[in-house]
Amino acid sequence: MATEHALTPSSYIEHHLSFNSQSIGNGSFWSLHVDTLVMSVALGVITLGLIWWIVRGATSGVPTKRQAFMELVFDFVDDQVKNIYHGNRHAFIAPAALTVFVWVLMMNAMDFLPVDWVAALVSAIGGEHTKWRVVPTSDINTTFALALTVWFLMIFFAIKAKGLGGWIHELFCSPFGTNPLIWPANFLFNLIEYVSKPLSHSLRLFGNMYAGEVIFLLLGLWAATGVTGTIAGAILGAGWSIFHILIVALQAFIFMMLTVVYLAMAQESH
Amino acid sequence: MDINFTLVAQAIAFFVLIVFTMKFVWPPLLNAIETRQKEIADGLAAGEKGRAELEQSSKRASEALAVAKVKASEILALAEKRATQIVEDAKGTAKAEGDRIITGAKAEIEQEINRAKEGLRQQVSTLAIAGAEKILRKEIDAKAHAEILTAIAKEL
Repeated sequence: MATEHALTPSSYIEHHLSFNSQSIGNGSFWSLHVDTLVMSVALGVITLGLIWWIVRGATSGVPTKRQAFMELVFDFVDDQVKNIYHGNRHAFIAPAALTVFVWVLMMNAMDFLPVDWVAALVSAIGGEHTKWRVVPTSDINTTFALALTVWFLMIFFAIKAKGLGGWIHELFCSPFGTNPLIWPANFLFNLIEYVSKPLSHSLRLFGNMYAGEVIFLLLGLWAATGVTGTIAGAILGAGWSIFHILIVALQAFIFMMLTVVYLAMAQESH
Repeated sequence: MDINFTLVAQAIAFFVLIVFTMKFVWPPLLNAIETRQKEIADGLAAGEKGRAELEQSSKRASEALAVAKVKASEILALAEKRATQIVEDAKGTAKAEGDRIITGAKAEIEQEINRAKEGLRQQVSTLAIAGAEKILRKEIDAKAHAEILTAIAKEL
């Protein structure tokens, strides 16, 4: 950490919560969070690459321990999807659910990396004050990107299952009825549903991971109060880490389940 | 909370990862698991079939055993009866043979007696004739007195 500058709690937290943002054009929209992108893509490629390497030689005979573990994960995801979606889940929804679960779980798990170690490493590589956030899911861009992708897929599958006419018909005629007088009410209702789905989907994950990160940072601040504070902060940090395991896994699971539920609902006619 | 181009990049990354999983991760695992499930189901079915067959064949075997037992006891009874019959037959034959031998022996004895009697008679008659000859001191016409002699012989 920087020592020549005044180190206040707010500057510490602000440093840890700033993205490594690179501008690629005019306006605030045309910029990239390099840290988020690199971390998430690296995690996705490493995790799914590892899984691919394991299942490449999958045998129907006696499985290796690695394959058995992957089959455990497979079965877990497949069971969840099977209970919700009754079409041909193997074509798209189940693989998508596995991707979401594994990827989000790994991105969430980055929260376990000690925040100041990461900061020290990044400072050592990129120089002082290099900003780097390791948890891609505490970036609203990531969660919103995932939720929006699911949202588009939802609409795509709805149109694919019911036809464009059927989908529009449903926008106006469900859930209250086909009477033209209540078309506006139906449409408003569906509009709210379509807006609220990606918002709740993305903000739930983002909020949990962001809050988790902030709590780690606040516990890290104890180190500034002396030896006793450092030890207390370490103990509380360990406790929060253990509790955070639950949140990390649970949020990944919830994100997967919502993805499956949304995609399954889109293909059911009301 | 600033939304920027990261969102688009992340969405693309997400989509690519889904497609990767869909194409390269899910199918081999699904295939392996489903093949194994089928193999296990087949194995269980074969085991069940074998068990049923074993049960049936053991039932058949015990049935055959029961039939064999009945047959064996039948044969045994028949054999006993036959043995008894043979013994009875043998007894009968032996008795008949014995009777026959005894009868033969009796007849022979009778014959022997008769013959002895005859011999004696002749000797007696010869003796009588010789005696008579001696008594009469003269030759007797055997022919003329044969009738008398025979009568004497018979009386003896």
